[in-house]
Amino acid sequence: MISSIVAWLGDPAHWQGPDGVPTHLREHVWYSLLAVVVAAAVALPAGLVIGHTGRGTFLVAGVANAMRAVPTLGLLILFVILLLPHIASDLVYLLPGEAVLVLLAVPPILTNTYAGVQNVPPEVRDAAAGMGMTPRGVLLRVELPCALPLVLSGVRAAVLQCVATATVLAYVSLGGFGRYIIDGQQQRDFPQMASGALLVAVLALLADGLLALLARFVVSPGVSGRAGRARPGHARALSRARGRFHPAHTLTTQELS
Amino acid sequence: MMRFRVLAGTIALAAALAACGSSSNPVGSTSGASAAAGSASGSASGGVITVGSANFPENALLAEIYAGALSSKGVTVTKKLNIGSREAYIPGLQDGSIDLIPEYTGNLLAYFDKKSTATSAADVYAALPKVLPSTLKVLDQSQAEDKDAIVVTKETADKYKLTTIADLAAVAKDLVLGGPPEFETRVDGIPGLKEKYGVTFQQFKKLDAGGPLTINALKNGQVQAADVFTTDPSISTNGWVALGDPKSLYTAQNVVPLVNGAKASDAVSSALNAVSAKLDTKTLTGLVAQVVTDKKDPAVVAADWLKSSGLG
Repeated sequence: MISSIVAWLGDPAHWQGPDGVPTHLREHVWYSLLAVVVAAAVALPAGLVIGHTGRGTFLVAGVANAMRAVPTLGLLILFVILLLPHIASDLVYLLPGEAVLVLLAVPPILTNTYAGVQNVPPEVRDAAAGMGMTPRGVLLRVELPCALPLVLSGVRAAVLQCVATATVLAYVSLGGFGRYIIDGQQQRDFPQMASGALLVAVLALLADGLLALLARFVVSPGVSGRAGRARPGHARALSRARGRFHPAHTLTTQELS
Repeated sequence: MMRFRVLAGTIALAAALAACGSSSNPVGSTSGASAAAGSASGSASGGVITVGSANFPENALLAEIYAGALSSKGVTVTKKLNIGSREAYIPGLQDGSIDLIPEYTGNLLAYFDKKSTATSAADVYAALPKVLPSTLKVLDQSQAEDKDAIVVTKETADKYKLTTIADLAAVAKDLVLGGPPEFETRVDGIPGLKEKYGVTFQQFKKLDAGGPLTINALKNGQVQAADVFTTDPSISTNGWVALGDPKSLYTAQNVVPLVNGAKASDAVSSALNAVSAKLDTKTLTGLVAQVVTDKKDPAVVAADWLKSSGLG
Protein backbone atom coordinates (compact mmCIF):
# COMPACT_ATOMS: atom_id res chain seq x y z
CA MET A 1 0.00 0.00 0.00
CA ILE A 2 2.74 2.46 0.96
CA SER A 3 4.65 1.78 -2.24
CA SER A 4 1.55 2.36 -4.36
CA ILE A 5 0.91 5.65 -2.58
CA VAL A 6 4.51 6.68 -3.17
CA ALA A 7 4.13 5.70 -6.82
CA TRP A 8 0.88 7.66 -7.13
CA LEU A 9 2.33 10.75 -5.48
CA GLY A 10 5.54 10.42 -7.48
CA ASP A 11 3.74 10.39 -10.83
CA PRO A 12 4.28 13.84 -12.40
CA ALA A 13 0.92 13.48 -14.20
CA HIS A 14 -0.80 13.82 -10.84
CA TRP A 15 0.86 17.15 -10.13
CA GLN A 16 -0.53 19.18 -13.02
CA GLY A 17 -3.74 20.11 -14.76
CA PRO A 18 -7.27 20.52 -13.45
CA ASP A 19 -7.06 17.24 -11.54
CA GLY A 20 -3.52 17.81 -10.23
CA VAL A 21 -2.45 18.11 -6.62
CA PRO A 22 -1.64 21.88 -6.79
CA THR A 23 -5.11 22.67 -8.19
CA HIS A 24 -6.89 20.57 -5.59
CA LEU A 25 -4.63 21.97 -2.85
CA ARG A 26 -5.63 25.51 -3.81
CA GLU A 27 -9.30 24.53 -3.82
CA HIS A 28 -9.05 22.71 -0.51
CA VAL A 29 -7.27 25.61 1.21
CA TRP A 30 -9.73 28.08 -0.29
CA TYR A 31 -12.82 26.14 0.87
CA SER A 32 -11.39 25.71 4.39
CA LEU A 33 -10.05 29.23 4.77
CA LEU A 34 -13.23 30.88 3.55
CA ALA A 35 -15.31 28.83 5.98
CA VAL A 36 -13.07 29.60 8.97
CA VAL A 37 -12.95 33.32 8.16
CA VAL A 38 -16.74 33.53 7.84
CA ALA A 39 -17.20 31.47 11.00
CA ALA A 40 -14.72 33.63 12.93
CA ALA A 41 -16.42 36.80 11.72
CA VAL A 42 -19.65 35.52 13.27
CA ALA A 43 -18.42 33.57 16.28
CA LEU A 44 -15.64 35.84 17.58
CA PRO A 45 -17.72 38.97 18.20
CA ALA A 46 -20.62 36.86 19.45
CA GLY A 47 -18.38 34.94 21.85
CA LEU A 48 -16.73 38.13 23.12
CA VAL A 49 -20.04 39.82 23.79
CA ILE A 50 -21.63 36.77 25.40
CA GLY A 51 -18.58 36.15 27.57
CA HIS A 52 -18.33 39.80 28.59
CA THR A 53 -21.98 40.44 29.35
CA GLY A 54 -22.93 36.96 30.48
CA ARG A 55 -26.09 37.41 28.42
CA GLY A 56 -27.12 34.83 25.84
CA THR A 57 -25.17 31.96 27.33
CA PHE A 58 -28.02 29.68 26.19
CA LEU A 59 -26.80 30.40 22.65
CA VAL A 60 -23.48 28.80 23.46
CA ALA A 61 -24.78 25.96 25.58
CA GLY A 62 -27.74 25.10 23.36
CA VAL A 63 -27.34 26.22 19.80
CA ALA A 64 -23.57 25.97 19.37
CA ASN A 65 -23.34 22.54 20.93
CA ALA A 66 -26.35 21.31 18.96
CA MET A 67 -24.65 22.51 15.78
CA ARG A 68 -21.83 20.07 16.41
CA ALA A 69 -24.28 17.21 15.97
CA VAL A 70 -25.45 18.28 12.51
CA PRO A 71 -24.76 15.55 9.92
CA THR A 72 -22.62 17.40 7.39
CA LEU A 73 -23.01 15.22 4.31
CA GLY A 74 -26.79 14.93 4.63
CA LEU A 75 -27.16 18.67 5.13
CA LEU A 76 -24.88 19.38 2.17
CA ILE A 77 -26.94 17.31 -0.26
CA LEU A 78 -30.20 18.68 1.14
CA PHE A 79 -29.00 22.28 0.65
CA VAL A 80 -27.78 21.57 -2.87
CA ILE A 81 -31.07 19.98 -3.93
CA LEU A 82 -33.09 22.78 -2.32
CA LEU A 83 -30.98 25.47 -4.03
CA LEU A 84 -30.62 23.83 -7.47
CA PRO A 85 -33.81 25.36 -8.93
CA HIS A 86 -32.86 28.84 -7.72
CA ILE A 87 -29.22 29.32 -8.70
CA ALA A 88 -28.02 28.53 -12.18
CA SER A 89 -24.27 28.93 -11.65
CA ASP A 90 -21.81 26.69 -9.83
CA LEU A 91 -22.44 28.75 -6.70
CA VAL A 92 -25.25 26.28 -6.13
CA TYR A 93 -22.57 23.78 -5.06
CA LEU A 94 -20.17 26.19 -3.36
CA LEU A 95 -22.69 27.99 -1.14
CA PRO A 96 -24.07 24.85 0.55
CA GLY A 97 -20.54 23.49 0.82
CA GLU A 98 -19.35 26.59 2.61
CA ALA A 99 -22.50 26.73 4.71
CA VAL A 100 -21.97 23.26 6.18
CA LEU A 101 -18.29 24.00 6.84
CA VAL A 102 -19.20 27.27 8.59
CA LEU A 103 -21.71 25.35 10.70
CA LEU A 104 -18.86 23.07 11.75
CA ALA A 105 -16.41 25.89 12.42
CA VAL A 106 -18.67 28.16 14.46
CA PRO A 107 -19.12 26.01 17.61
CA PRO A 108 -15.45 25.59 18.61
CA ILE A 109 -14.67 29.27 18.03
CA LEU A 110 -17.83 30.48 19.77
CA THR A 111 -17.57 28.24 22.82
CA ASN A 112 -13.85 28.82 23.27
CA THR A 113 -14.12 32.59 22.92
CA TYR A 114 -17.01 32.69 25.35
CA ALA A 115 -15.28 30.41 27.84
CA GLY A 116 -11.99 32.29 27.53
CA VAL A 117 -13.57 35.65 28.25
CA GLN A 118 -15.77 34.32 31.01
CA ASN A 119 -12.89 32.63 32.76
CA VAL A 120 -10.83 35.80 33.16
CA PRO A 121 -10.46 36.07 36.97
CA PRO A 122 -12.95 38.59 38.39
CA GLU A 123 -10.17 40.43 40.25
CA VAL A 124 -8.39 41.12 36.95
CA ARG A 125 -11.60 42.51 35.51
CA ASP A 126 -12.21 44.56 38.66
CA ALA A 127 -8.68 45.94 38.57
CA ALA A 128 -9.11 47.01 34.96
CA ALA A 129 -12.41 48.69 35.69
CA GLY A 130 -10.93 50.21 38.80
CA MET A 131 -8.21 51.76 36.69
CA GLY A 132 -10.89 53.59 34.80
CA MET A 133 -11.10 51.41 31.70
CA THR A 134 -14.36 51.56 29.79
CA PRO A 135 -16.24 48.25 29.41
CA ARG A 136 -15.03 48.20 25.80
CA GLY A 137 -11.45 48.74 26.95
CA VAL A 138 -11.76 45.97 29.53
CA LEU A 139 -13.04 43.60 26.84
CA LEU A 140 -10.49 44.42 24.15
CA ARG A 141 -7.38 45.19 26.23
CA VAL A 142 -7.73 42.84 29.16
CA GLU A 143 -10.28 40.10 28.60
CA LEU A 144 -9.42 39.37 24.95
CA PRO A 145 -5.64 39.11 25.51
CA CYS A 146 -6.23 36.88 28.52
CA ALA A 147 -8.69 34.74 26.54
CA LEU A 148 -6.45 34.60 23.47
CA PRO A 149 -4.88 31.16 24.08
CA LEU A 150 -8.35 29.60 24.36
CA VAL A 151 -9.70 31.61 21.40
CA LEU A 152 -6.80 30.48 19.24
CA SER A 153 -7.25 26.87 20.24
CA GLY A 154 -10.88 27.24 19.17
CA VAL A 155 -9.73 28.56 15.81
CA ARG A 156 -7.29 25.67 15.53
CA ALA A 157 -10.06 23.18 16.20
CA ALA A 158 -12.22 24.91 13.58
CA VAL A 159 -9.42 24.83 10.99
CA LEU A 160 -8.77 21.17 11.66
CA GLN A 161 -12.48 20.36 11.31
CA CYS A 162 -12.79 22.32 8.09
CA VAL A 163 -9.68 20.91 6.44
CA ALA A 164 -10.78 17.38 7.31
CA THR A 165 -14.42 17.85 6.34
CA ALA A 166 -13.90 19.90 3.16
CA THR A 167 -13.41 16.47 1.57
CA VAL A 168 -17.18 15.93 1.41
CA LEU A 169 -17.54 18.91 -0.93
CA ALA A 170 -16.26 16.66 -3.71
CA TYR A 171 -19.49 14.70 -3.39
CA VAL A 172 -21.34 17.60 -5.00
CA SER A 173 -18.91 18.04 -7.92
CA LEU A 174 -16.59 20.52 -6.19
CA GLY A 175 -12.81 20.06 -6.05
CA GLY A 176 -10.33 19.78 -3.22
CA PHE A 177 -8.50 16.68 -2.03
CA GLY A 178 -11.88 15.00 -1.49
CA ARG A 179 -11.95 14.55 -5.27
CA TYR A 180 -9.21 11.88 -4.95
CA ILE A 181 -11.02 10.12 -2.12
CA ILE A 182 -14.44 10.00 -3.80
CA ASP A 183 -13.17 9.35 -7.34
CA GLY A 184 -10.72 6.77 -6.02
CA GLN A 185 -13.50 4.91 -4.28
CA GLN A 186 -15.89 4.94 -7.25
CA GLN A 187 -13.15 4.11 -9.76
CA ARG A 188 -11.70 1.53 -7.38
CA ASP A 189 -8.33 3.26 -7.56
CA PHE A 190 -7.12 2.74 -4.00
CA PRO A 191 -3.69 4.38 -4.37
CA GLN A 192 -5.51 7.54 -5.52
CA MET A 193 -7.91 7.29 -2.59
CA ALA A 194 -5.19 6.71 0.01
CA SER A 195 -3.02 9.48 -1.42
CA GLY A 196 -5.98 11.84 -1.14
CA ALA A 197 -6.45 10.89 2.50
CA LEU A 198 -2.74 11.33 3.16
CA LEU A 199 -2.72 14.76 1.52
CA VAL A 200 -5.65 15.86 3.69
CA ALA A 201 -3.89 14.63 6.83
CA VAL A 202 -0.64 16.39 5.92
CA LEU A 203 -2.48 19.62 5.12
CA ALA A 204 -4.35 19.44 8.44
CA LEU A 205 -1.11 18.89 10.37
CA LEU A 206 0.60 21.75 8.54
CA ALA A 207 -2.28 24.13 9.18
CA ASP A 208 -2.38 23.14 12.84
CA GLY A 209 1.37 23.58 13.22
CA LEU A 210 1.22 26.98 11.57
CA LEU A 211 -1.48 28.14 13.97
CA ALA A 212 0.43 26.78 16.97
CA LEU A 213 3.39 28.84 15.82
CA LEU A 214 1.18 31.88 15.38
CA ALA A 215 -0.14 31.46 18.92
CA ARG A 216 3.46 31.70 20.21
CA PHE A 217 3.82 35.13 18.68
CA VAL A 218 0.46 36.72 19.36
CA VAL A 219 -0.26 35.50 22.88
CA SER A 220 1.23 37.77 25.52
CA PRO A 221 4.12 35.99 27.31
CA GLY A 222 2.54 37.14 30.55
CA VAL A 223 -0.56 35.11 29.70
CA SER A 224 1.06 32.07 28.18
CA GLY A 225 3.32 31.67 31.22
CA ARG A 226 6.46 31.41 29.13
CA ALA A 227 7.70 34.68 30.60
CA GLY A 228 7.71 33.17 34.09
CA ARG A 229 10.11 30.39 33.25
CA ALA A 230 13.66 31.25 34.24
CA ARG A 231 15.21 30.28 30.93
CA PRO A 232 18.03 32.45 29.63
CA GLY A 233 16.52 32.86 26.18
CA HIS A 234 13.35 34.22 27.66
CA ALA A 235 14.85 37.03 29.73
CA ARG A 236 13.93 39.56 27.07
CA ALA A 237 10.43 38.27 26.76
CA LEU A 238 10.11 38.60 30.50
CA SER A 239 11.17 42.22 30.54
CA ARG A 240 8.95 42.86 27.55
CA ALA A 241 6.04 41.39 29.42
CA ARG A 242 6.74 43.51 32.47
CA GLY A 243 7.08 46.55 30.26
CA ARG A 244 3.70 45.84 28.81
CA PHE A 245 1.99 45.88 32.16
CA HIS A 246 3.77 49.00 33.38
CA PRO A 247 1.86 51.63 31.41
CA ALA A 248 -1.35 50.41 32.98
CA HIS A 249 0.24 50.79 36.36
CA THR A 250 1.47 54.28 35.58
CA LEU A 251 -1.97 55.15 34.40
CA THR A 252 -3.38 54.25 37.82
CA THR A 253 -0.91 56.32 39.75
CA GLN A 254 -1.51 59.24 37.45
CA GLU A 255 -5.20 58.98 37.98
CA LEU A 256 -4.83 58.69 41.72
CA SER A 257 -2.65 61.72 42.02
CA MET B 1 6.06 20.37 22.52
CA MET B 2 4.63 21.14 19.11
CA ARG B 3 7.50 19.40 17.41
CA PHE B 4 6.90 16.32 19.50
CA ARG B 5 3.23 16.29 18.58
CA VAL B 6 3.93 16.52 14.85
CA LEU B 7 6.45 13.72 15.17
CA ALA B 8 4.01 11.55 17.09
CA GLY B 9 1.34 12.20 14.48
CA THR B 10 3.67 11.21 11.67
CA ILE B 11 4.64 8.01 13.43
CA ALA B 12 0.99 7.12 14.10
CA LEU B 13 0.14 7.73 10.47
CA ALA B 14 3.02 5.63 9.22
CA ALA B 15 2.02 2.84 11.58
CA ALA B 16 -1.57 2.95 10.35
CA LEU B 17 -0.43 2.74 6.75
CA ALA B 18 1.99 -0.04 7.50
CA ALA B 19 -0.86 -1.97 9.10
CA CYS B 20 -2.51 -2.06 5.70
CA GLY B 21 0.36 -4.28 4.67
CA SER B 22 1.21 -4.95 1.06
CA SER B 23 -2.32 -5.85 0.01
CA SER B 24 -3.46 -3.70 -2.89
CA ASN B 25 -7.02 -3.89 -1.60
CA PRO B 26 -7.37 -2.71 2.00
CA VAL B 27 -11.17 -3.06 1.90
CA GLY B 28 -11.04 -6.74 1.07
CA SER B 29 -8.25 -7.74 3.42
CA THR B 30 -10.47 -9.73 5.79
CA SER B 31 -12.88 -11.12 3.24
CA GLY B 32 -11.16 -14.48 2.92
CA ALA B 33 -12.22 -15.41 6.43
CA SER B 34 -15.79 -14.19 5.98
CA ALA B 35 -16.10 -16.10 2.69
CA ALA B 36 -15.03 -19.31 4.36
CA ALA B 37 -17.48 -18.76 7.20
CA GLY B 38 -20.26 -18.00 4.72
CA SER B 39 -19.85 -21.19 2.74
CA ALA B 40 -19.60 -23.30 5.88
CA SER B 41 -22.88 -22.05 7.35
CA GLY B 42 -24.61 -22.03 3.98
CA SER B 43 -24.12 -25.68 3.09
CA ALA B 44 -27.38 -26.89 4.66
CA SER B 45 -30.71 -27.10 2.78
CA GLY B 46 -30.56 -24.50 -0.01
CA GLY B 47 -28.16 -22.39 2.02
CA VAL B 48 -28.04 -18.73 2.92
CA ILE B 49 -27.88 -16.33 0.00
CA THR B 50 -26.52 -12.83 0.54
CA VAL B 51 -28.09 -10.48 -2.00
CA GLY B 52 -26.16 -7.33 -2.84
CA SER B 53 -27.01 -4.34 -4.98
CA ALA B 54 -25.36 -1.37 -6.65
CA ASN B 55 -25.96 2.08 -5.20
CA PHE B 56 -28.93 3.26 -7.23
CA PRO B 57 -32.65 2.76 -6.55
CA GLU B 58 -33.51 0.42 -9.44
CA ASN B 59 -30.75 -2.02 -8.60
CA ALA B 60 -31.71 -2.04 -4.94
CA LEU B 61 -35.33 -2.67 -6.01
CA LEU B 62 -34.26 -5.60 -8.22
CA ALA B 63 -32.26 -6.98 -5.31
CA GLU B 64 -35.40 -6.76 -3.15
CA ILE B 65 -37.36 -8.61 -5.87
CA TYR B 66 -34.72 -11.37 -6.01
CA ALA B 67 -34.64 -11.57 -2.23
CA GLY B 68 -38.45 -11.79 -2.02
CA ALA B 69 -38.67 -14.44 -4.75
CA LEU B 70 -35.99 -16.53 -3.03
CA SER B 71 -37.44 -16.33 0.47
CA SER B 72 -40.90 -17.32 -0.82
CA LYS B 73 -39.23 -20.52 -2.05
CA GLY B 74 -37.80 -21.17 1.40
CA VAL B 75 -34.27 -19.91 0.80
CA THR B 76 -32.77 -17.93 3.70
CA VAL B 77 -31.74 -14.52 2.44
CA THR B 78 -29.62 -11.74 3.89
CA LYS B 79 -29.31 -8.36 2.18
CA LYS B 80 -26.36 -6.02 1.65
CA LEU B 81 -27.83 -3.30 -0.50
CA ASN B 82 -26.39 -0.12 -2.02
CA ILE B 83 -22.81 -1.37 -1.96
CA GLY B 84 -21.41 0.93 -4.63
CA SER B 85 -20.34 0.74 -8.25
CA ARG B 86 -19.48 -2.40 -10.22
CA GLU B 87 -15.82 -1.74 -9.50
CA ALA B 88 -16.68 -2.23 -5.83
CA TYR B 89 -19.17 -5.11 -5.77
CA ILE B 90 -17.73 -7.58 -8.30
CA PRO B 91 -14.73 -8.26 -6.03
CA GLY B 92 -17.29 -8.74 -3.23
CA LEU B 93 -18.97 -11.48 -5.28
CA GLN B 94 -15.63 -13.13 -5.96
CA ASP B 95 -14.55 -13.20 -2.34
CA GLY B 96 -17.95 -14.40 -1.12
CA SER B 97 -19.07 -11.35 0.87
CA ILE B 98 -22.16 -11.39 -1.37
CA ASP B 99 -23.59 -14.26 -3.46
CA LEU B 100 -26.10 -12.66 -5.80
CA ILE B 101 -26.58 -9.28 -7.44
CA PRO B 102 -28.85 -7.95 -10.18
CA GLU B 103 -26.62 -7.17 -13.15
CA TYR B 104 -26.88 -5.70 -16.63
CA THR B 105 -25.49 -7.88 -19.42
CA GLY B 106 -23.57 -5.28 -21.44
CA ASN B 107 -21.86 -3.48 -18.60
CA LEU B 108 -21.00 -6.80 -17.00
CA LEU B 109 -19.40 -8.01 -20.25
CA ALA B 110 -17.47 -4.75 -20.67
CA TYR B 111 -16.19 -5.04 -17.11
CA PHE B 112 -14.60 -8.43 -17.77
CA ASP B 113 -13.77 -7.96 -21.45
CA LYS B 114 -12.94 -4.40 -22.40
CA LYS B 115 -12.40 -5.38 -26.04
CA SER B 116 -15.74 -7.12 -26.53
CA THR B 117 -17.60 -6.05 -29.67
CA ALA B 118 -20.89 -7.83 -28.95
CA THR B 119 -23.82 -5.41 -28.93
CA SER B 120 -27.09 -7.31 -29.43
CA ALA B 121 -28.84 -8.82 -26.44
CA ALA B 122 -28.26 -12.39 -27.67
CA ASP B 123 -24.58 -11.87 -28.54
CA VAL B 124 -23.79 -10.18 -25.24
CA TYR B 125 -25.55 -12.88 -23.25
CA ALA B 126 -23.76 -15.61 -25.22
CA ALA B 127 -20.38 -13.95 -24.64
CA LEU B 128 -20.80 -13.65 -20.87
CA PRO B 129 -20.06 -17.23 -19.71
CA LYS B 130 -16.74 -17.16 -21.58
CA VAL B 131 -15.39 -14.17 -19.69
CA LEU B 132 -16.89 -14.56 -16.24
CA PRO B 133 -14.60 -15.93 -13.52
CA SER B 134 -15.25 -19.66 -13.03
CA THR B 135 -16.93 -19.06 -9.65
CA LEU B 136 -19.61 -16.77 -11.09
CA LYS B 137 -22.50 -17.51 -13.45
CA VAL B 138 -25.43 -15.66 -14.96
CA LEU B 139 -28.94 -17.15 -14.91
CA ASP B 140 -31.63 -16.43 -17.55
CA GLN B 141 -31.67 -12.84 -18.75
CA SER B 142 -34.89 -10.84 -18.62
CA GLN B 143 -36.44 -8.66 -21.32
CA ALA B 144 -36.05 -5.68 -19.02
CA GLU B 145 -33.27 -3.43 -20.23
CA ASP B 146 -31.69 -0.49 -18.48
CA LYS B 147 -29.01 1.25 -20.46
CA ASP B 148 -26.95 4.27 -19.74
CA ALA B 149 -28.08 7.03 -22.05
CA ILE B 150 -26.90 10.53 -22.72
CA VAL B 151 -30.01 12.53 -21.91
CA VAL B 152 -30.68 16.18 -22.74
CA THR B 153 -33.66 18.40 -22.10
CA LYS B 154 -36.23 19.02 -24.86
CA GLU B 155 -35.01 22.61 -25.17
CA THR B 156 -31.37 21.59 -25.63
CA ALA B 157 -32.36 18.93 -28.16
CA ASP B 158 -34.39 21.47 -30.17
CA LYS B 159 -31.77 24.21 -29.93
CA TYR B 160 -28.94 22.07 -31.27
CA LYS B 161 -31.12 19.68 -33.32
CA LEU B 162 -29.95 16.66 -31.39
CA THR B 163 -31.37 13.19 -31.96
CA THR B 164 -28.31 10.97 -31.51
CA ILE B 165 -25.03 11.19 -29.62
CA ALA B 166 -23.30 11.73 -32.99
CA ASP B 167 -25.07 15.11 -33.29
CA LEU B 168 -23.24 16.23 -30.16
CA ALA B 169 -19.79 16.15 -31.80
CA ALA B 170 -20.05 19.72 -33.12
CA VAL B 171 -21.66 21.30 -30.05
CA ALA B 172 -20.39 19.34 -27.05
CA LYS B 173 -17.58 21.85 -26.52
CA ASP B 174 -20.23 24.29 -25.28
CA LEU B 175 -22.01 21.80 -23.03
CA VAL B 176 -21.38 20.41 -19.57
CA LEU B 177 -21.97 16.72 -18.98
CA GLY B 178 -22.99 15.36 -15.59
CA GLY B 179 -22.53 11.81 -14.34
CA PRO B 180 -20.97 9.59 -11.68
CA PRO B 181 -17.21 9.86 -10.98
CA GLU B 182 -16.51 6.41 -12.47
CA PHE B 183 -17.93 7.63 -15.83
CA GLU B 184 -14.63 9.44 -16.31
CA THR B 185 -12.62 6.23 -16.65
CA ARG B 186 -15.14 3.65 -17.94
CA VAL B 187 -14.76 2.31 -21.49
CA ASP B 188 -18.29 3.41 -22.31
CA GLY B 189 -17.93 6.67 -20.39
CA ILE B 190 -15.88 9.72 -21.36
CA PRO B 191 -13.23 7.67 -23.26
CA GLY B 192 -15.92 5.85 -25.30
CA LEU B 193 -17.76 9.06 -26.18
CA LYS B 194 -14.54 10.52 -27.53
CA GLU B 195 -13.39 7.41 -29.36
CA LYS B 196 -16.67 6.36 -31.00
CA TYR B 197 -18.36 9.70 -31.61
CA GLY B 198 -15.57 12.28 -31.31
CA VAL B 199 -17.59 13.93 -28.57
CA THR B 200 -15.65 15.90 -25.97
CA PHE B 201 -17.66 17.97 -23.54
CA GLN B 202 -16.57 21.36 -22.25
CA GLN B 203 -16.56 19.93 -18.74
CA PHE B 204 -17.52 16.77 -16.93
CA LYS B 205 -19.22 17.45 -13.62
CA LYS B 206 -18.85 14.55 -11.20
CA LEU B 207 -22.22 14.01 -9.55
CA ASP B 208 -23.97 10.72 -8.79
CA ALA B 209 -25.15 7.65 -10.70
CA GLY B 210 -28.50 8.86 -12.03
CA GLY B 211 -29.39 10.08 -8.54
CA PRO B 212 -30.95 13.32 -7.27
CA LEU B 213 -27.81 15.42 -7.88
CA THR B 214 -27.62 14.46 -11.57
CA ILE B 215 -31.37 14.64 -12.26
CA ASN B 216 -31.77 18.02 -10.56
CA ALA B 217 -28.64 19.45 -12.19
CA LEU B 218 -30.05 18.55 -15.64
CA LYS B 219 -33.50 19.85 -14.70
CA ASN B 220 -32.12 23.18 -13.52
CA GLY B 221 -29.43 23.73 -16.12
CA GLN B 222 -26.19 23.24 -14.16
CA VAL B 223 -25.45 20.52 -16.73
CA GLN B 224 -26.84 20.37 -20.26
CA ALA B 225 -26.39 16.63 -20.76
CA ALA B 226 -26.33 13.82 -18.27
CA ASP B 227 -25.69 10.12 -17.95
CA VAL B 228 -29.13 8.85 -16.93
CA PHE B 229 -30.54 5.32 -16.98
CA THR B 230 -33.21 4.56 -19.59
CA THR B 231 -35.64 3.23 -16.98
CA ASP B 232 -35.45 6.47 -15.01
CA PRO B 233 -39.03 7.79 -14.71
CA SER B 234 -37.78 11.40 -14.68
CA ILE B 235 -37.02 11.13 -18.43
CA SER B 236 -40.71 10.85 -19.30
CA THR B 237 -41.85 13.07 -16.41
CA ASN B 238 -39.73 15.97 -17.69
CA GLY B 239 -40.12 15.25 -21.40
CA TRP B 240 -36.37 14.75 -21.78
CA VAL B 241 -34.71 13.22 -24.82
CA ALA B 242 -32.53 10.13 -24.52
CA LEU B 243 -30.13 10.52 -27.44
CA GLY B 244 -29.90 7.65 -29.91
CA ASP B 245 -26.80 5.50 -30.00
CA PRO B 246 -26.28 4.40 -33.64
CA LYS B 247 -22.74 3.13 -33.03
CA SER B 248 -23.81 1.06 -30.02
CA LEU B 249 -21.51 2.65 -27.49
CA TYR B 250 -24.04 1.38 -25.00
CA THR B 251 -24.55 -2.29 -25.65
CA ALA B 252 -27.58 -4.36 -24.68
CA GLN B 253 -28.18 -4.10 -20.94
CA ASN B 254 -30.69 -6.78 -20.03
CA VAL B 255 -31.28 -7.38 -16.36
CA VAL B 256 -29.73 -10.68 -15.34
CA PRO B 257 -29.00 -12.35 -11.98
CA LEU B 258 -25.25 -12.75 -11.43
CA VAL B 259 -24.69 -15.44 -8.86
CA ASN B 260 -21.93 -17.32 -7.10
CA GLY B 261 -22.04 -20.69 -8.91
CA ALA B 262 -21.67 -22.66 -5.69
CA LYS B 263 -24.87 -21.06 -4.35
CA ALA B 264 -26.95 -21.50 -7.52
CA SER B 265 -28.93 -24.55 -6.47
CA ASP B 266 -31.92 -25.66 -8.58
CA ALA B 267 -34.32 -23.95 -6.17
CA VAL B 268 -32.38 -20.68 -6.40
CA SER B 269 -32.03 -20.84 -10.18
CA SER B 270 -35.68 -21.63 -10.86
CA ALA B 271 -36.91 -18.91 -8.50
CA LEU B 272 -34.73 -16.27 -10.18
CA ASN B 273 -35.46 -17.48 -13.72
CA ALA B 274 -39.18 -17.18 -12.98
CA VAL B 275 -38.58 -13.52 -12.04
CA SER B 276 -36.59 -12.87 -15.23
CA ALA B 277 -39.38 -14.42 -17.34
CA LYS B 278 -41.92 -11.92 -15.98
CA LEU B 279 -39.78 -8.78 -16.08
CA ASP B 280 -39.70 -6.36 -19.01
CA THR B 281 -38.57 -2.75 -19.43
CA LYS B 282 -42.09 -1.28 -19.09
CA THR B 283 -42.74 -3.22 -15.89
CA LEU B 284 -39.38 -2.25 -14.47
CA THR B 285 -39.81 1.46 -15.31
CA GLY B 286 -43.22 1.38 -13.59
CA LEU B 287 -41.78 -0.26 -10.49
CA VAL B 288 -38.85 2.17 -10.39
CA ALA B 289 -41.32 5.07 -10.63
CA GLN B 290 -43.11 3.78 -7.52
CA VAL B 291 -39.82 3.92 -5.63
CA VAL B 292 -38.31 7.11 -7.07
CA THR B 293 -41.38 9.25 -7.77
CA ASP B 294 -43.90 7.96 -5.22
CA LYS B 295 -41.21 7.37 -2.55
CA LYS B 296 -42.52 3.91 -1.70
CA ASP B 297 -40.38 1.43 0.21
CA PRO B 298 -38.53 -0.77 -2.35
CA ALA B 299 -39.21 -3.87 -0.24
CA VAL B 300 -42.95 -3.18 -0.33
CA VAL B 301 -42.96 -2.47 -4.08
CA ALA B 302 -41.04 -5.70 -4.66
CA ALA B 303 -43.37 -7.75 -2.48
CA ASP B 304 -46.50 -6.32 -4.14
CA TRP B 305 -45.20 -7.03 -7.62
CA LEU B 306 -44.11 -10.57 -6.71
CA LYS B 307 -47.55 -11.26 -5.27
CA SER B 308 -49.41 -9.85 -8.29
CA SER B 309 -47.17 -11.87 -10.62
CA GLY B 310 -47.77 -15.08 -8.72
CA LEU B 311 -44.15 -15.29 -7.58
CA GLY B 312 -44.44 -14.19 -3.96
